[in-house]
Amino acid sequence: MTQDLWSPIWLTIQLAGVTTLALLIIGIPIAWWLAWTPSRWREVIATIVALPLVLPPTVLGFYILVALGPQGLGGWLGPLVGLRTFAFSFEGLVAGSVIASLPFMVQPVRNSFEAMGRRPLEVAATLRASPWDAFWSVALPLALPGILTGAVLAFAHTVGEFGVILMVGGNIPGETKVLSIAIYDFVETLRWREAHILSLGMLVFSFLVIFTVSLLARRSGRRTS
Amino acid sequence: MTGATIDISLDGQLGSFRLNFEAGLPMYGISALFGPSGCGKTSVLRAVAGLNRIPGRIVVGREIWQDEQTFVPTHRRALGYVFQEASLFPHLSVRRNLTYGEARAKGAPGHTQFDEIVELLGIGHLVDRMPDNLSGGERQRVAIGRALLAQPRLLLMDEPLSALDRMAKDEVLPYFEALHANLKIPIILVTHDISEVERLADHVVLMRDGRVLASGPLSAMQVDPSLPLAAGRQAAVTLDAVLDQYDSDYGLATLKVSGGEFLVPMEQAARGSHQRLTIAAGDVSLATQAPQGSTLLNSLPARVLSATIAGNEVIAVLGLGDDGAGSRILSRVTRKSWESLGFREGQLVHAQAKSVALVRRKSR
Repeated sequence: MTQDLWSPIWLTIQLAGVTTLALLIIGIPIAWWLAWTPSRWREVIATIVALPLVLPPTVLGFYILVALGPQGLGGWLGPLVGLRTFAFSFEGLVAGSVIASLPFMVQPVRNSFEAMGRRPLEVAATLRASPWDAFWSVALPLALPGILTGAVLAFAHTVGEFGVILMVGGNIPGETKVLSIAIYDFVETLRWREAHILSLGMLVFSFLVIFTVSLLARRSGRRTS
Repeated sequence: MTGATIDISLDGQLGSFRLNFEAGLPMYGISALFGPSGCGKTSVLRAVAGLNRIPGRIVVGREIWQDEQTFVPTHRRALGYVFQEASLFPHLSVRRNLTYGEARAKGAPGHTQFDEIVELLGIGHLVDRMPDNLSGGERQRVAIGRALLAQPRLLLMDEPLSALDRMAKDEVLPYFEALHANLKIPIILVTHDISEVERLADHVVLMRDGRVLASGPLSAMQVDPSLPLAAGRQAAVTLDAVLDQYDSDYGLATLKVSGGEFLVPMEQAARGSHQRLTIAAGDVSLATQAPQGSTLLNSLPARVLSATIAGNEVIAVLGLGDDGAGSRILSRVTRKSWESLGFREGQLVHAQAKSVALVRRKSR
């Protein structure tokens, strides 16, 4: 029984951790581009990034499934890592979660960059810092509250994701059976005790997440004022 | 003159208006870019820093910062920039703000030391604080120190005092004067405040609607009746003087300028020290003879070099001394007095200054 409980918890933490890490690497450059580009494609890209917020998870999951499957991207990337397809695999879940949680990372980080404005970067340039140097020494530290907010939200959203994961990963124990799906299973098989334990855990976790995010938001508000 | 000037020529469209700027500034002292808000002063300064790209040519000494082929990015230009708001990095302590540029300018020639700058600006007690806990004046002093520690060959200042209230301004101004006296590097100061020009500038570029109206030494620009400086209500002349005597009984100093001397109430200062005076045109009246039985302290012989009629007033440029070869000052009198007393150009007059203000003590 403990195995039944711990396996999905551990898998979920792994999935959310890897997803958050990937989102930090992908999301911060996208947020940077959206904050500063004069391109008229800016709002188009911003809208595409925001789509997962409003699309039904099943629709999102369906497209990701098609993309990851043998006919899509997964069909020719998969063999490189010895898979026939990315669908119904942990790697597939990561890819799906990254797309589903992208707006949660990009939006707060972009807001932080925009609130900071260009001035700190100009100051850094007049103090002989190259753009790359200024990004690391000034922009990232100043946007840190936004980056932390984005990371916490992306992590939490990945933990809570259900529809996309069910579509992309199915329900393979130890491979794709994450928390939200485990709870669903427990209820289906009338194992209410386990469903209660996991649900209560999620409730507490979610409370802590929102609490943390509002603390971070207060802190960044103080700094920019 | 190659190598001895800062040559700036810019010509480009800036939003709705055209900037056409051309001036050569000396490689020493403070040059003020002076003009009303929106005339393009800040755009010029930002272009010199490479923060804005306006077609043209910028040469500082022997270094080309911009021409047809070249555009040196901001971080490779040896400059310091002080913004209107101090813009300190909020995530770094005062010390780390100060050393941010210094650390990146290692190996730059003529190294200005941390301790020297900190002492000059009186910010030693602040170095371990965070920028949030500083007053406006303190922040601006730290910003100046931070710019100087980046080892600039040219210091650019964009209205560095205008975001400060009166008290903070009075707190920061003496440090500007100390910089002026102690540093060898040239400073370009953007301002719309004539009192800052009078107090600080050696050279002035007058700007209007994106163009240069005139450029030259401050004292020459102030006595040119065709320029707004001499024609305005606030017209005044700035004179650099040497303290000749100090009468501690009355608290009066005798300050020598070319062609004459002024008695000025001030705190005691050393004989031979350099002082800067300003005399408003409206405070100088004219008499045909040396006055007698007057409370006015300053009455100097001078010649009328030129007279410009402006409505019901006359603005006269006077040369101090019997031959009129000394320093120039301005006098604004009514046209009625001018005509009824029969004043004319070339005439010897007695210029009576109701008040002479000390604007700056120079430590040199």
